[in-house]
This record gives sequence, C-alpha cells and structure tokens, in this order.
Amino acid sequence: MYEDKRYDLLIIGAGPAGMTAAVYAARKKLDTLVISKDVGGQTILASGVETYMGYQYISGAELMRKFEEQVRQFPIAFSIGDVVTTLRVEDTSFAVLTTQGKTFRAKAVIVASGRRARSLNVPGEKELIGKGVSYCATCDAPLFGDKDVAVIGSGNPALTAVNELTNYAQKVYSIVRDSVRADPILVEKARKTGKVEFLAGYAVKELRGKDKVEGIVIKRVEYDKEVALDVGGVFIEIGAVPNTEFAVDVVVLNDSKEIEVDCDCKTNVEGVFAAGDVTNAPEKQIIVAAGEGAKAALSAYWYLVSRPEGGLKQ
Amino acid sequence: MPLLPDKVRQQVEEGFKDLKEPVNLKVFTQEFECPTCGENHNLMDEVAKISAKISIEIYDFVADEDEVEAYKIDKIPATVVEGKEDYGIRFYGVPNGYEFTTLIEAIRMVSQGDSMLSPKTRKKLKSLSKPVHIQVLITPTCPYCASAVNMAHRMAVESELITADMIETVEFPYLTNKYNVFAVPKVVINETIEFDGALPESDFLKHVMKAGEQ
Repeated sequence: MYEDKRYDLLIIGAGPAGMTAAVYAARKKLDTLVISKDVGGQTILASGVETYMGYQYISGAELMRKFEEQVRQFPIAFSIGDVVTTLRVEDTSFAVLTTQGKTFRAKAVIVASGRRARSLNVPGEKELIGKGVSYCATCDAPLFGDKDVAVIGSGNPALTAVNELTNYAQKVYSIVRDSVRADPILVEKARKTGKVEFLAGYAVKELRGKDKVEGIVIKRVEYDKEVALDVGGVFIEIGAVPNTEFAVDVVVLNDSKEIEVDCDCKTNVEGVFAAGDVTNAPEKQIIVAAGEGAKAALSAYWYLVSRPEGGLKQ
Repeated sequence: MPLLPDKVRQQVEEGFKDLKEPVNLKVFTQEFECPTCGENHNLMDEVAKISAKISIEIYDFVADEDEVEAYKIDKIPATVVEGKEDYGIRFYGVPNGYEFTTLIEAIRMVSQGDSMLSPKTRKKLKSLSKPVHIQVLITPTCPYCASAVNMAHRMAVESELITADMIETVEFPYLTNKYNVFAVPKVVINETIEFDGALPESDFLKHVMKAGEQ
C-alpha cells in the first residue's frame, strides 16, 4: 500500500461486504486498497453460521478465512490493523486518514465498516472492560469457570452467550429488559442446563467493582425495585451500532446513524458507496452484506468508467 | 482415533509443502498429574507425521531435568518448536481450536527462518539489548488470540533476545489468577507490561521495545 498514489477504489472494512466488494473490484481490475482493523469483522465471532449458502454449517472465522483466501488471489492491497478516522472529500479525490497516521487517496470509496457491540452506558461499564465486562462470550467464557455471571440482552446473540457460558460458569443470570426474543430452541437449551436464571423486566443500573467486576445492580422496569447480584462477569449482548463516526461530515445518516444508500449502494455523495451492516439496508445478515458488497463494487466500477475526467481507461 | 480430521490433515500437508529446514518439536510431558499432557503428546505426534521435515522428541518433566532446564520449561504440557536453532517459541497447553493455526504457522516460520515482519520492525528489534519474555494468554475459542500469539512468535524468530509463549488459560488457572485475566488475548511482557487485545505490529512492537528498555 502506498500513501503517495491515488487508488481507483478504497474499501473501508474487511467483513463480508468489504471482502466481497474487493473480489468484484479486482475482477474489474480496479486498483484497490482495503483498510480495516481486522479481516472478518463481526462475523469472526459467530461460533456457527448456518445461513450462508453453500455451507450447511461453518464457523464465522472459517467462513471469513475462505473469504480472505479468495480475495488474496488478486492483487488487492491491504492495510490491516488500521482504522479510518476521517473521510474527506477533496477536489478530485477522496482522502481517508487512519489511526496509524496515514492518508490514502482514491477516486471512489466503499464504506463497509460494519458495526460494533453496543454499550449499556451505565456506571462502571467502561472502567471494568477487560476486568470482567466482556462483549465476546466466545472469547472469554472459558475464563469464568465456576463463577456466577450475568448476560444482558434478549436476542439470539445473548442466548448463544448464555449457552456458551453454561459450559463453564456455575450460574448464569439472563437479564432482559422486556421479554426474551431469542429463538425458542436456544431458550430451551439454556433451561435444560439448570444453571440459568431468567430475570425478565429488569434494566441494568450499574456494574460494581474496582479492579474486577464484583456485582451488578438491576432495577425492575415497572416499579422502583433494585436487585444486587454478586457476579464475577457481565457479558453485554444488546446489539450493535454502526461504525460511521469517520463519515458523519460527508454522507447522510439515518436516525440509527446508518449510512443511507439506494438500491445501487450509492450514498448522497457521488463516488462514495456503502454496503453491509453499516448501511440502512434491512436485515443484518452475512449473506445480505456480501450481496450488497458486490453491488457496491459494481456501482463503483460504473461510476469510475463514466467519470467525465476519464478516471478509468476502459 | 486420530485428533486431526482427514480434511485438516490434508490442509496442513499442503501448508507444509514449502518447509525448508527441519523442525523439531520438543514435547515436555508427564504421565501423571497432567490431564492434558496425553492429548498434547498425541496432537504433536500427528502433526510430526504429516511432514518428513518434522521430528518429535519427548521429554519427561521430572526425569529429563537437563532438557527442562536448558529450555527453561516451568510447566507442562509444553512444546518447543525448534528450527535450526531454538528461536524461543513455546506452547504451554494444547494448541487447540484457533491456536492450532499458530502451531502450524510457528512450524512454517522456524522452518523458513523468516519472521515475515516489516523491515521497520526488524530494524527496531535489532536495537534490543535486554531479554524480553512475551506471554500471550489465550482461550482456544478466541478468534483474535491467534494473531496475538503469532505476532509474539514472529518477534521471537526475529530477535534472539525474545522468548514468546502461548499460554492456554484454562490449563493454567493459576496464571489466569496471577495476571487477572478476564479478557483474551492478554499479553504480559517481562512481568512489567500488560495489555489486552490483538494489536497491530507497530503497536505490539512499541510495548516490546518499552519492556526491553526497562
């Protein structure tokens, strides 16, 4: 990768959308750079994927390894371990600044920066990250052997975390604000372990502990009743927020801070495209993100060949 | 029954095609009071059989005290991945799950004698003057851990002053407690520097250099 050149295309993010876009861009012989914190995005945390066609069952990490293998066949440049902090529109280029202090330029950009785990935003959470507060049950569950832990969240990721934790923890509190929305099969599996206590109708008030998590205070949503639980770990699985901070001054976002795109993955700015979980496209699924990535790359290609100043040679 | 499925063995075989120098797996084990030593021994046996370039030596943690001391092994199961020299690569615990790929990577790396680090990092590591001991505490289910272990091993290959250990936390709970591990990967360098997460090469290097200065 080079800072002193102008690429045809910058792809921000290397999850299913970004990696698929990279393959399509390579097949169109676009000079492309992919910038991403990691390869795989949120997908690598999926313990099992059963909805990606061609695979009846595959782990998220293995699926993304296959994506990477496919992309690496082509002469695509990568800057991995780097995160885009700013997207800027210049006279004839788009520029991105990164946490490693680099600046890259290109004629077109695809934003496929995905989402990250949503925080609870309660006292104690930030201070105790890595000290018992975790957003990755797949990674950290084995560290909580014989401890009591709490999982916050009501969807499939939360109940998957509950089930993973029952393999190690002594007791798992499943805390949900309203009611459990996860698939009944996951709930049934959790119940069968006899280790899970479901606490529905509670909001988290604070996390307690100094050097490590020692407890959690939850509050009944309907009336003023607080309950303190002694737990050594709190796993937060309450959804995700889009990684769009670097682009707020350039593209239009919706109320959920997702990038608004049309059905060609075009944003409000000509030459800037977006795909995958970072956009307002409905259904955050791996297969949907991959399809959107393909569309974005093809849209970017047609944009580049039609640029009045020549852009790409056909 | 083999630990490695046929498909995995075939993939590893493919990956071992470009091995250059011979690789020796030194496995430190004990028949009693080590619940995972047997599994580690079997896994290493299976891996060694995949390529004629890989040999395996088994040492008893108690009886073979000379080797234990020479390789500074302080817990078992332990595996040293040695090429034409001991680059300082250690696996403590069974490299299962995502860590299996770091074992394969370590074998390839020592065989080729190339850390694959950037020229900038290589130059910087040459200025190290003190020994640096990197411990990467992991769980086998952590997708990010493998890249942290791999980075530590690369640095060990590059600098003779660096030793890099993978430590499987579930097998060594006393280290999980000692280092207060609540999230993985957790990296501990020279007992003085600690950080969480798989950092990019340049950031990882900063911590290593800082530890080397202290």
